[in-house]
Amino acid sequence: MKHDIVIIGGGPAGLAAAVAAFDGGVKDVVILERGEELGGILNQCIHNGFGLTRFKESLSGPEYAERFIDKVRERGIKYYLETTVISLDKNKTVKAVNPELGFFTIEAKSIILAMGCRERSRGALNVAGTRPAGIYSAGTAQKYVNVKGYMPGKEVVILGSGDIGLIMARRMTLEGAKVHAVCEIMPYSSGLKRNIVQCLDDFGIPLYLNHTITKIEGTDRVTGVTISEVDAQKRPITGTERHFSCDTVLFSVGLIPENELTKSCGITLSPKTRGAVVSQTRETMERGIFACGNVLQVHDLVDFVSEEAEIAGRYSAQYVLNGEGVYDFLDTQAGDNISYVLPQKINKGVDGNVKLFFRVKNTFKNCTIRIKSGNEVILERKKKIAVPGEMETLILTADKVQNLSSPVTVELEV
Amino acid sequence: MQIKNLTCVECPMGCQIEAGVENGVAVYVKGNTCPRGKLYAENEVVRPLRVLTTSVKCVGGKMLPVKTDKPIPRDMMLSLMETINGVHPTLPVHTGDIVINDLYEGVNLIATKTELN
Repeated sequence: MKHDIVIIGGGPAGLAAAVAAFDGGVKDVVILERGEELGGILNQCIHNGFGLTRFKESLSGPEYAERFIDKVRERGIKYYLETTVISLDKNKTVKAVNPELGFFTIEAKSIILAMGCRERSRGALNVAGTRPAGIYSAGTAQKYVNVKGYMPGKEVVILGSGDIGLIMARRMTLEGAKVHAVCEIMPYSSGLKRNIVQCLDDFGIPLYLNHTITKIEGTDRVTGVTISEVDAQKRPITGTERHFSCDTVLFSVGLIPENELTKSCGITLSPKTRGAVVSQTRETMERGIFACGNVLQVHDLVDFVSEEAEIAGRYSAQYVLNGEGVYDFLDTQAGDNISYVLPQKINKGVDGNVKLFFRVKNTFKNCTIRIKSGNEVILERKKKIAVPGEMETLILTADKVQNLSSPVTVELEV
Repeated sequence: MQIKNLTCVECPMGCQIEAGVENGVAVYVKGNTCPRGKLYAENEVVRPLRVLTTSVKCVGGKMLPVKTDKPIPRDMMLSLMETINGVHPTLPVHTGDIVINDLYEGVNLIATKTELN
């Protein structure tokens, strides 16, 4: 079959991209979703706090998803559920499989990658000990409790203080479990401050910074863990071991953009974001293939995922309607104390402002963030506090973009 | 006067708020960037309020996400969870439908997802 725009993934990014592409003038848009319903991971994020930026109200994940699902339905945008994309090539041929159609092929004019991300697992960390039942990623436990309706365990230790880990500490507590500890190897939590307060402090759950799990015990089922303090090189310090009896260990140790399809298609990836290299239109280095949301960069807030997906949707529609535009790329670079900058390319052939997204490498107080082009400072902003857990943004106005002649560097000075 | 340092939980900014407390009420609030932060701090020093979100098992086994339509006292959350877990709504349910009327002092528990069957 043939479709103008194929969107891979029906989570927040795919939904917003579909609506924006449709509203941008391309009516033949189709969403391919692996799960049984649209909405992606939002369906299991039943806590509130979504949509404050976009809708000026605090929504639960399913409520936020439903706003976009309604828009998709109102427009009659086609979607296939339980559909797994098997391959994707540079000619924009998508091969997929689902229970209804079996194996099928779609020839697209433009593709939007919106596959989201997945969780890092225990295997990625090489935690010592046995391999009993009772070890879950925080997101898996979240799905069990919120969507499937059963509890993974009663006595819990959580490794990692990212937002999902914090949210699950509260969730398990509300459902009657005892959360003994949340361990964080870094000296700071990568989660939002509000979640430290409302998920841990509210319930008296201790957070151990500079700590990691050094041993997991149990043969059939987890019976306990040992945690240890770590030194500046993240090595466990002998003598600081502390033991907890527990039947469940949750890992909340980061998210990885799910880019197997992107890689197999030969699309250039950034080693820093682990997502595709894109310009400000969210077009990858393959013409007509766009990427947005957590498959591109792991966002803190779904509101920003929607915003980014709308950019991709809009330009994907433009690509279908007008064909290739003008390509005149300048690189962006992460300078001192900055871990990455997105987009990695600024296309001067595209009109309009360019919003740069970046993360800082550490916690900095009273610092200055600067954008330079060559040696020239083109934008400077003072910040009281900058933390790695919160994405920073700066806008390069259209006139500044047009005057750029050298690569753009974002740097932070203390 | 007692000074309390708080982190606002109203939005992801997480403002650091200072509240001056006299006779159990806030006499001044500073550090907030919006009116919701002021209200948060005023409540927080008296009796912290939170919106409770959870999920309930419907007849037939499907889980339905729910929340309180207004914040409830934080100290009531665990006991209200027992009431909530004893309720099993029948589908279909639409977003915003009341699942438990007057769960606590006029606060209702409402569905946050549409589940048709």
